[in-house]
Order: sequence, then structure tokens, then C-alpha cells
Amino acid sequence: MSKNDVTRRRVLKTGAVAGAGLAMPTVFTAQSASAFTNEPTGSNVILGFNVPQTGPYAEEGNDELLAQQLAVEHLNGEGDGGCLNTFTSKALKGNGILGKKVEFVTGDTQTKSDAARASAKSMIEKDGAVMINGGSSSGVAVAVQGLCQEAGVIFMAGLTHANDTTGKDKKANGFRHFFNAYMSGAALAPVLAAEMGKERRAYHLTADYNWGWTQEESIVASTEALGWETVNTVKTPLASTDFSSYIAPVLNSGADVLVLNHYGGNMVNSLTNAIQFGLLDKVANGKDFKIVVPLYSELMAAGAGENIKGVLGSMNWNWQLQDEGTKAFVKSFGEKYEKPPSNSAQTCYAQVLLYADAVERAGTFNPCGVVEALEDFEFDGLGNGPTWYRGADHQCFKDVLVVRGNENPTNAYDTLEIVEITPRAQVEYDPEHPMFAGGSLGECNPGS
Amino acid sequence: MDAILLQILNGLDKGSAYALIALGLTLIFGTLGVVNFAHGALFMIGAFCAVTLQRLLNLSFETVDETQKDFLGNPLKVKTPYVEAWFGPETGAAIIDWSVPLAILVAIPIMLLVGYVMERGLIKHFYKRPHADQILVTFGLAIVLQEIVKYFFGANPIQTPPPEALSGSIDLGVMVGFDPNAIIYPIWRLIYFAFATLIIGGIFAFLQFTTFGMVVRAGMADRETVGLLGINIDRRFTIMFGIAAAVAGLAGVMYGPLNPPNYHMGMDFLVLSFVVVVVGGMGSLPGAVLAGFLLGILESFASTTWATTTIPGINQIIIYLVAIIVLLTRPRGLMGRKGVMED
Repeated sequence: MSKNDVTRRRVLKTGAVAGAGLAMPTVFTAQSASAFTNEPTGSNVILGFNVPQTGPYAEEGNDELLAQQLAVEHLNGEGDGGCLNTFTSKALKGNGILGKKVEFVTGDTQTKSDAARASAKSMIEKDGAVMINGGSSSGVAVAVQGLCQEAGVIFMAGLTHANDTTGKDKKANGFRHFFNAYMSGAALAPVLAAEMGKERRAYHLTADYNWGWTQEESIVASTEALGWETVNTVKTPLASTDFSSYIAPVLNSGADVLVLNHYGGNMVNSLTNAIQFGLLDKVANGKDFKIVVPLYSELMAAGAGENIKGVLGSMNWNWQLQDEGTKAFVKSFGEKYEKPPSNSAQTCYAQVLLYADAVERAGTFNPCGVVEALEDFEFDGLGNGPTWYRGADHQCFKDVLVVRGNENPTNAYDTLEIVEITPRAQVEYDPEHPMFAGGSLGECNPGS
Repeated sequence: MDAILLQILNGLDKGSAYALIALGLTLIFGTLGVVNFAHGALFMIGAFCAVTLQRLLNLSFETVDETQKDFLGNPLKVKTPYVEAWFGPETGAAIIDWSVPLAILVAIPIMLLVGYVMERGLIKHFYKRPHADQILVTFGLAIVLQEIVKYFFGANPIQTPPPEALSGSIDLGVMVGFDPNAIIYPIWRLIYFAFATLIIGGIFAFLQFTTFGMVVRAGMADRETVGLLGINIDRRFTIMFGIAAAVAGLAGVMYGPLNPPNYHMGMDFLVLSFVVVVVGGMGSLPGAVLAGFLLGILESFASTTWATTTIPGINQIIIYLVAIIVLLTRPRGLMGRKGVMED
């Protein structure tokens, strides 16, 4: 018979020691002599990749993670170097960042703000990440951006399209490489005018949350500026799976264009339902009925299948671009993973390189040095041509793509065709534009 | 008037899915007394039977076409489905085109088997446990099943289009005297409603007019007495579990062309279907069907612009609002029986 040594006093003692042990990383961070949060002191530096690994955007998250891993390889001098060969800044040498080997940890945002904050917090406090990158939702981006500002680390937002991320919710420690809803409207409007004319009546179905509202506002403003009339704007619950009861009223509304301000599963289902109801075969007001999906992604296009044929939308980037940066990245990614990268993958890849480059140019991992290096930084060679990280709001400006569902795809990857590359100047706006007003970057926070 | 008819059609269509799932839930609850939170997962598995068959029929061999290039500039690998090579391009393409209807034949035995294994392997061990335990274990099972599907098929929706001949829409309005283009409705949605009606009618006929059905109904009313007569009622109830699983699975197979299947689709329907069962009356098969169609129609009308501008947010709460009103005025639901879940 074994002797049981467990006593109440011993349990309390053990618990106290274990609790103190678990609290150590935070305690040290709070009281250390470091100049900034998670200052790398060893031979390596940790980056935190916070992407949706579960939930509805897990496919996009997986693609982001593949690209981030590729970026780490290139930074450490492995593989073919990818965009290090085309990037106009030559600060990166393939020897890590400031000579420290790059390592990474990952978190699962689940596309939920609270889960994303928790995983980012864990990577910062327990793993010592100096930068957080990734995500596929504006709600997540705004939540994690706020956390990184408080914690004193850099946040390179992933796929976030709502105006608010670099509008009323902008933060000094956060930067957005992705384009936004205003830019979608500005890029799409001239193409819509050219292809559909200036006398159109639009009916909007809009996902009922922050991103949907800002996209609707942007597209309504840009199309009404063309002379289009907005017949109706209908909000649809984010949890909707069947849109037939929202599509049916469109048939007899007097509209001749349906704008789907939906993303992900919402967009796949609403577009499928619209096609089922024969909207694209309909003639209204003497014109062929049209559908517009202002924000596209390759993975959504794959989900929508044949329904996407002929439907116009906009994108941040596409693997079919022919600039040198795009070609280098597609080659690296394609040879490693045997498929072309999505635009969310390209966004995260570029952001990891841009962060590393900013650290090299600043000569420090201190977030305030990195912020200074990234503000008003102009470069080329990472895709989309000449690019500018505007200091006033930390929004990136580059060419925006107008794309259309390919009528005759030759393989699983060319479901979208590029209709126009809208020049950067056409999508620029004043930082105090009403759609972006109300927030302030505040001061850079180095933490510690 | 045409707008009202369109929303009634939409409601019947939504209601078809609710009714089919709720019917299966009620069958299981009425026979085995189990609250099965994994029933939505059975709907999802049915849809993925169609996805799997579609993928099997599209299994291809590759030939290199030197005249075309892939995205890396290498010679393009052209895929040709084996069925097209075996049966000729036209017949092979037609077989692939009809993969969803063909999936019905595949899904029936698979779903019966899934239902049998689920009942014998897990759920039978929880018959005598509290309903809370049953809910927890079946909800856990639902999560496991959806994660398995996500592992193999990914998180993206997967298109399972209807056959070309049954895609598109028809002008129903002209047939009943309206102006052309007044009531245009998708063909597959009409088929889905007809299919649901057929399945529901078949289940009722099976229970009403067969000896097996009579014994099951007797067992639902008084299990112990039927057992005392020497009838193995447990075996029949297990078979009914399999049938309920098959009904949910068939509902999923046919639903795929309406909205592309994804791993989460079962959860999307689960809560709504339970509300349907409660509104219809726990254990009442006609109640489940009636409530399914009723709530489907109300949900459609609540999504109209008139409704959402008059009462903002009504489209998101209508089903729960109706549930509250029904339970306040008829605590046993629309057609609930005395004594069910009241001990």
C-alpha cells in the first residue's frame, strides 16, 4: 500500500510556487530594464503570426501562414530569396534581422476578436513576439491593433478592408498593407461607368457589421458620384446562410444592378442564390442586369465556382500581375507549395519583409524606431508597383486591381481575370476624408 | 401580390429544410427519448456524400499539353476524368453532371449505416442519463464530425451544382396568370420542396400504413407494454434512428445545389431546427412539419424590406419571437402531447 503524502499545506505551497512561475514572463516584462517590449537579447528574434487556423476563414489563414513561413525562410537566407531580389530597399541581406535568426510562433484568431486578442497576448507575453502579423477580418484587425498598441509591439494587419482600420480606429503601432473599401469604390467606379453606363439603379445587400457598412458607404458614394441611383440598401445578418428571401425582392425593385457587400461564405451563398434566381439573365430598365462584388478573393472565387463568371469586383493583388516582385513571389511560393498564392498570402509575405526591412533600416527592434522607418516609406518590388506607407494614417497606397470572373478559365487558378490596374493616384484620398475621420494615431508605444 | 407569392415560395423552401431536419429530430426524441444535438451534423454529412461522389466521379488522370503553360510557365497538366475516358466524353460528362441526384442513391445506405453506428456505438449508452448529458455528448459528437469533415474537405464552401437541365429558373407567374417575369423561381428550389414533401409523406405513410410503423407508434406511446408483448422494440427504434439519419442526410444532399456545402452547415441549422421542434411540440411529428413550414414562411416575410424598415432587426429574431409567443400561449407547442418532457 502506497503512502499518500498529499497534504493541504503542501498543495497550497506547490500552487503558490507554480503560480509565481507562470507569472514570471509578465513580471519580468513589467520590471525589466529593457527599453521596449520583448527586446531580443539572444541570437534569435520571434515573430507572431496570428491567423485564422479554425473557423470559416481557415483556408485564408492557412495561405497566410504558408506565405509567412516562406518570408521567414527568405529572411534567414534559405530558398531562392523571393522578393529580397526585387525589393528596392536593399537593407535585407538574408542573414535574419539585424543578424538574429528569425523564428516564429503562431496563434489562431478563429476570426473572433476575443480569441484573436487572447492568442496575440499569449504570443507577446509568453513567447516574446516583437511583431504580430496576419488575420482575415476587420473586427479582428481593430481588436488586435488596439492590443498591440497597449503592449508596445508592432502590428502589421493582414486582410482587413474596412475603412476604420486606418480611419477612426488607427493606431501608431499598426500598419495596413491591404487596400480598403474606399479604394475599392474609387477603383471600381470608372470601370462600372465604362462597362455599364452612368444611368444605373443599384440595389445593395450588405453584411450587417462594421466592414459591410463601410463598404456600402464607399460604393454608394462612388457610384452615386457617377450618376447611379441607389434603389435600396438592405442589411443581411452575418449568420445568414440562405439569401433567397433577400434576393427575391430585387427582381421587382426597379434595380438593374445588384451590389453584394458580402465576403467569404456570405458572398458565395448570396451570389449563388442571385444566379439561381436568374438575375444575370434578366433585362431591367432596358439594360442587362449586372452583379458587382466589390471585394474579391481567390478562395471566394473558387467557392463560388461558375457563378462568378463575368462578375466584376476589386482586389488588392493577383498572382497574374506581371511586375518583377509579383513574378518572384509567385515563383517562390508556387515551387514550394505547387499552387499560386492568394492575395492574403501576398499581403502577409510583403508585411513580414517590410517589418524586417524597417528594423534593419532603423537599426533597432524598438517599435518607435520601426514606426519611424515605415512612415512615409516608398518602395517597389514587392508587387503592385510603386508603393507608399503614408505616415499620416499608416495606410498603404499602391495600384488596385479591378477583376472579373473569368468566362473561360483554363485551370483551377485563373478563375479571375484582371480587367484594369487602377493607378495609385486614383485611389488616394485625404487623411481627413469624412469616411476616415474621428480617430487619431496617438503616440508610438515602445512598451516595457 | 407577386412579391407575397415569392416570399411564400421562399418560406416553403426554407421550411422544407427545417421540416426535414426537425422531423428526424422528433422521430429520435419520440422513439428513443434522446435529444440529439448531432442531428445537424447528419444533415452536413449528407451534403458531403454528394461532395464526395462528385469528387470520385471527377477523379482524373493527367496528360501534359506542351502547347499550354501553367502558372509557373511549365507545360500544362491537363486532367481528364476517368469516367469520361471509360464511357466517352458525352456520357462521362453527363454522369458527372448528375452527381447530386446520383448521390441520393449513395447517401441512403451510408446515412443508415452512420445512424446505426452512432446509435449503437454511442447514444444507446446515454438512454438512461439526464437530457443534459445527452445534449453534451451529442453536441460534442457534432463538433468532432464537423472537424473531421473540415480536415478532409477544408473550410471553404464547395459547389455541388444541380444537373444542367435542372439549373436556372422558370417563369411561374406566367403559368398562373401573372405578367411575364413577375414570379421567376429557381427550378432546383421547386424540386427541393417537392422532394421534401415526398419524403415527409413517405415517412408518415410508413408509420401509418405498415406493421413496422404501427409497432413503432405503439412503442412511442407505451414502450413497456409493447416490450411485454414480446416485441423487440429497441431494435425497431434503432432502425428508426437510422431512418431519421437518412432523412437528415437526404435533406443535406438535395440542399447542396441551393447553397454550397461547408463543414459548418449542420450547426447553422441545428438551433433553428430545435426551435422548430419545440414550437411544433416535443415528440409530435405533424407538429414538427407544420412548425418547419410556418417558421420558414415567417422568416421569409420578416426579411422583406417592408418588415425590416418597420421593425429593424425583425429578420434576426422572428423565429425566437414566435417561439416565445407559442410557448406562452401553448406551453406544449402547437401540437405537443401531454406528458412529453414534463416529468
